Amino acid sequence: MKARHKRLGFLIVGLVVLGLAATLVLKALDSNLSYFFSPTEVAEHKAPENHVFRLGGLVQPGSLERGKELTVRFVVTDNAHEVKVAYTGILPDLFKEGQGVIAQGRMGPDGVFIADEVLAKHDENYMPPEVAEALEKGHQKGVADMAKGGKSL
Amino acid sequence: MSSRLINWFKFSSPATFYPLAGKIARVSAVIAVLLLAIGLYMSFFVAPTDYKQGEGYRIIFIHVPAAWMSMFIYLVMAFWAGMGLVFNTRLSAMMAQALAPTGAIMTFIALWTGAFWGKPMWGAWWVWDARLTSELILFFLYIGFIALQGAISDARRADRAGAILLLVGVVNIPIIYYSVKWWNTLHQGASVSLKSGSSMSAIMLETMLIMTFAFWAYSIAVALYRVRSIILEREKDARWVSELPEIRS
Repeated sequence: MKARHKRLGFLIVGLVVLGLAATLVLKALDSNLSYFFSPTEVAEHKAPENHVFRLGGLVQPGSLERGKELTVRFVVTDNAHEVKVAYTGILPDLFKEGQGVIAQGRMGPDGVFIADEVLAKHDENYMPPEVAEALEKGHQKGVADMAKGGKSL
Repeated sequence: MSSRLINWFKFSSPATFYPLAGKIARVSAVIAVLLLAIGLYMSFFVAPTDYKQGEGYRIIFIHVPAAWMSMFIYLVMAFWAGMGLVFNTRLSAMMAQALAPTGAIMTFIALWTGAFWGKPMWGAWWVWDARLTSELILFFLYIGFIALQGAISDARRADRAGAILLLVGVVNIPIIYYSVKWWNTLHQGASVSLKSGSSMSAIMLETMLIMTFAFWAYSIAVALYRVRSIILEREKDARWVSELPEIRS
């Protein structure tokens, strides 16, 4: 066995051990590394109840209400569970109904999440407006066809 | 062994690699300028506006190539570090050293442009989610490597210490890449991946790929120019250096 083979062996064993250690650490930290809790996790009481956490999901279409001054109310959903959110402040540009959102705050006693910061979450889709429009039309047509009982794709 | 077409070990000698690096660097520099000109023109004038983000999305044409390069350069450095430890070749450590500043700059560009994009789109310059934090750690790894190499005056010991740091840090690369998959993050998932293709419109993707190749060519060019300087500095007492035409004159 040449010296260089020995060193190569050490190197590979070292990297494997390192990889294993990293995997175990990350497994142990798993839930702490997530940036937000989903409404389902809130419903299952996995989110902290007495201190600040972040709630992430989609803004339910049709749920946005603008109240007095800058207070807005909306519902965050992950299509399984829903959480009501109240927020006073300026919303980011990408904030829209149906769009991803992350709110930081705590649960109020009445089950409304009182947010003190709202961030918009962008998805990985990039396209020109004409394409988005065409997709939306196609989607609406599909929904209409399904409602009529026609064959869906 | 003699049946091999190219004797790779021949180029692990600084004396033979020095002129080759010069040739490749010159060609890469020309390619980088050409591709950057085409890529930037396409970024600003050819690629259409995004349906949701408006014009602000154009920053990805810098952000994504820089972020890819930041991860890839680190992998290449770790490869050279491993080569240097196993084969004891002088040139390997020089290559790792030459790539480090470029990698650090790419990481910095990715973080910086990300902050510029994050403020209008997310509503925050910076958040401590898994993707952003692991990329920041990558930046610290580059800076740490440069500092460690600079702090040890004996070149061989500096190389070994740097190589070990590089190899330990390599676990961070899959963490950065898969962070958006493994955990909930504010950063969006990958728009382009080998497995599921791309979720961008074709012209946007093409622009981004041209910019990526431009960044590749730029990185190769500056890293090779830098490695030439490092070779001259480290081998300044060698005979072949004193016989170089540019040194003699």
